[in-house]
Amino acid sequence: MNLLRVSGSPHVHTDNSVKKIMYGVVYAMVPAIMVSVYFFGLDAVRVIVLSVVACMLVEFLIQKYVLKTTITIWDGSAMITGILLAFNVPSNLPWWIIMIGAIVSIGVAKMSFGGLGKNMFNPALVGRVFLLISFPVQMTSWPIPVPIGGTALTDAITGPTPLGIMKEGLAAGKTVQDIMPDIPNYVQNLMTGFQGGSLGEVSAIALILGAIYMLIRKIITWHTPGAYIGSVVIFSGILWLVDPSQYVDPLFHLVTGGMMLGVFYMATDMVSSPMSAKGQLIFGAGAGILTILIRVFGAYPEGVSFAILIMNGFVPLIDRAFKPVRFGEMVKG
Amino acid sequence: MLKTFKLGGVHPAENKLTVDKSISVLPIPKIASIPFSQHLGAPAKVLVNRGDEVKVGQLIAKGEAFISANIHSSVSGKVQKIDNVVDTSGFRRPAVVIAVEGDEWAEGIDRSETINKEISLSQKEIIQKINEMGVVGLGGATFPSHVKLMVPEGKKAEVLIINGVECEPYLTSDHRLMLEKGEEMLVGVQILKIALGVNKAMIGIENNKPDAIKHLSELASQFEGIEVYGLKVKYPQGAEKQLIKALINREVPSGKLPIEVGAVVNNAGTAYAVYQAIQKNKPLIERVVTITGKSVKDPGNFMVRIGTPISELIEAAGGLPEDTGKVIGGGPMMGKALNSLEVPVVKGTSGILIMPDEEAGREEVLHCIRCGKCTHVCPMGLEPYLLEKVVMAEDWERTEKEKVMDCIECGSCHYTCPANRPLLDYIRLGKNKMGQIMRNRAKK
Ligand code: SF4
Ligand code: SF4
Repeated sequence: MNLLRVSGSPHVHTDNSVKKIMYGVVYAMVPAIMVSVYFFGLDAVRVIVLSVVACMLVEFLIQKYVLKTTITIWDGSAMITGILLAFNVPSNLPWWIIMIGAIVSIGVAKMSFGGLGKNMFNPALVGRVFLLISFPVQMTSWPIPVPIGGTALTDAITGPTPLGIMKEGLAAGKTVQDIMPDIPNYVQNLMTGFQGGSLGEVSAIALILGAIYMLIRKIITWHTPGAYIGSVVIFSGILWLVDPSQYVDPLFHLVTGGMMLGVFYMATDMVSSPMSAKGQLIFGAGAGILTILIRVFGAYPEGVSFAILIMNGFVPLIDRAFKPVRFGEMVKG
Repeated sequence: MLKTFKLGGVHPAENKLTVDKSISVLPIPKIASIPFSQHLGAPAKVLVNRGDEVKVGQLIAKGEAFISANIHSSVSGKVQKIDNVVDTSGFRRPAVVIAVEGDEWAEGIDRSETINKEISLSQKEIIQKINEMGVVGLGGATFPSHVKLMVPEGKKAEVLIINGVECEPYLTSDHRLMLEKGEEMLVGVQILKIALGVNKAMIGIENNKPDAIKHLSELASQFEGIEVYGLKVKYPQGAEKQLIKALINREVPSGKLPIEVGAVVNNAGTAYAVYQAIQKNKPLIERVVTITGKSVKDPGNFMVRIGTPISELIEAAGGLPEDTGKVIGGGPMMGKALNSLEVPVVKGTSGILIMPDEEAGREEVLHCIRCGKCTHVCPMGLEPYLLEKVVMAEDWERTEKEKVMDCIECGSCHYTCPANRPLLDYIRLGKNKMGQIMRNRAKK
């Protein structure tokens, strides 16, 4: 007989695993990937493939030659970062900028903290913000989507995003009502994806579909996205009610820019968000308010990335402040 | 809606392979090793010497400390030696080793099957007799039953809760006992009620045992003040605090006993043992043990004499499977991996689970991905990932503050962690360390 194994209880384990969770997120992004390919064609394929391969490669090289540890590039997390990074950049971004983005995302924001689970900030967001600051021109020239077999709205090849149009217009002293005609059918187009923007910013519907999948599989809970959306609606709603000529309505905020992507795919990143339900509510609400603050009063038209990164920084504090209810602290009958 | 507890909980695969196997009597072993310490508390003091003749039911070790329990011989024969044997704790501990000859019982023990419902003893006599007969909690914690029944000064018992939950996967010993010895068990419940001075008993059974719920409900209608409740299946509902929460919606405060909220919990098997002790004058010398496992040829439930080596039990179930990787005393969530097949069955052995090697190992441990699942499933509302971290960092102050001592070692956190973190290993380490620190503090 073989020797008996001896270890502490429990002796059984769920069949859930880190890998299953990570690939679940990847699957959730498939609809958005398909929509982005539909609108941006081969360019989208190029950016996504490049970004994913670059992220996995950087992780591989660091693990193999620098850290000399187990290679974990197939756990799905580098793939997620790659897709998210691709979703956050324009489809015509030069390949070498994408590479730099991957190096910053994986190398700096993930591996130097100790790899998956140890990173305080969402790697893809760090990469994106780094690129935005370093390559502002390339990062903000948004190709107009041309659906496969369709025609573009204008002759221009690139154009500003709805958020950019709004920001510039308001800065030039126009009112919201003056600017709106420049953003035709925005709600409808934004929901289905007919807008200038990053790859993954284009279609709210595809992103929401994936989010529902993640909710059903319990990869994410409703707390972070719910609080995020709620605080965006309330905060931008107040501003809008105060002065509809200077502030856009909440729906505009919800469907433009990286809102849906940020709310469902980046703010919910388990590694860089709080543990408890209460903590997640605070986290989501904070990110929502910061997003609107930056969009309305900041220098950048878009504020989702900054807002989430700032809230990532608060997570250790939030976790310490919001403990789960201990048994025995509830009703005593 | 079915009752259950609120915080946390998991649903491990039930694998109750032996639910239809009625209890059969395991042949008496040739050698019985009966440890002195089969209960929580001080070991009993041995009364016999090498070469002594003993009978079944004879007192061989006396529980003298306040928290201790008597030990009786489960066989008849000659004391071969008093020596250290490996027991279910994995350590070598003192035991009386008896070479079995025949099956001769001590006088005064009623071995008939006739059910005696007439309870003639008083509250005090009952508690004393339970003490004499060496009855301990049979659900696993093996706390001496007579101590549990002595309500401390200033507290009042309001309700007796009988634990028929059996939430551990694989185990079916309580289930079978409820089906086959239900009536005796309910008489035991009545006896426990008298001992506690309460007039209400609630029996909690998980809904995956509809036959037991039905059977006991029917029987209970013949008794005064016994109610049977079906509970929603959720692990660890059989844990004392969780069961109390489920049945009467009260929470035992941190570091306190159930009596704090007016409840006393006894296991279904214990109620049966109490019946035997009081009505039949029969000490706790045997118990039902489930022998099971996916590769086991003939899994089943057996009435086993205490001290029987588990190898005989395994033999009765068709022998040790080829692919055996782990042998567990108890269930897969809270049981202990055994390091020998000669370990004797003791009062706390509810089952022997044999796991195939491919299921017995542990997966590669990854970094915590902060998914929060461990916190989510912890029935005590703890943060297992955090406890692991502070124990690793040997930050004992924080370990205490994060309530490590509240952990009931149910294993739900560990079970559910997608990164396969050995959370409970570290938490146990932290509890041991905290125990030391607290003892030192008490000394000062
Ligand atoms: S083993 Fe302890 S920490 Fe883990 S879930 Fe159970 S009670 Fe909570
Ligand atoms: S379940 Fe595991 S991975 Fe998830 S938070 Fe707890 S320790 Fe971390």
